[in-house]
Amino acid sequence: MRGDSADTLTLVYLARLRDAFGTSSERVVLPPGVTTAADLRAWLASRGGAFAAELAAGRTVRIAVNHDIAQPDTPVRPGDEVALLPPVTGG
Amino acid sequence: MTVRVQTGDFDVTRELAELRGRDPRVGAVAVFIGTVRDVNGEATVRKLTLEHYPGMTEKALAQIVADAKARWDIFDALVIHRVGELAPADQIVLVGVTSAHRGDAFAACEFIMDYLKTRAPFWKKEATPAGVRWVDARASDDEAAARWKAT
Repeated sequence: MRGDSADTLTLVYLARLRDAFGTSSERVVLPPGVTTAADLRAWLASRGGAFAAELAAGRTVRIAVNHDIAQPDTPVRPGDEVALLPPVTGG
Repeated sequence: MTVRVQTGDFDVTRELAELRGRDPRVGAVAVFIGTVRDVNGEATVRKLTLEHYPGMTEKALAQIVADAKARWDIFDALVIHRVGELAPADQIVLVGVTSAHRGDAFAACEFIMDYLKTRAPFWKKEATPAGVRWVDARASDDEAAARWKAT
């Protein structure tokens, strides 16, 4: 699912977040200034609706960049696969 | 070191025989098997659906096993986790660890499970008489994983 376009980043939504957002993935062009995982989360939350509700401060959502758990300052770039993960419940 | 995500069931006897491989250095095999319960809190669970994040899941499990291997004196480890639709009493997860002595095998096996529960991208959705719902993460699982940082 990794983005194959030079300009777009692939967002992947899992489990509860997929249900809430109504889609499992989308391709986006990052607006200027969105360069880290924290920026990306804030930008998505600014869409409003389910995005604002699920990504509000205090809601636990982990971000994985190219299958590795990201920190707030982890860079995000075109071509990356960035997943939004609700708290895990396996085992 | 083997990590597998699969829809089908697993045969514990066969998996453990393969893990041991008749290696005469092995003096201890610690095993954990997680199974589906038919209750969660007040609700009766009729069906459990497990989903994961293909690609990341295998990578995360391999990292957890590598961390265990770096920390304890173990020979080998096996993790099998099922996904898809499961019913009460079904097997969900198998963790097996071999070592020379039981202490390392027990500790590594528990560590792998505690980290799997808090780091590996799996999610449970349960069907109850009141409807279908995503299972909430438990604070007790975070606490169990955090213990390993303190020791």
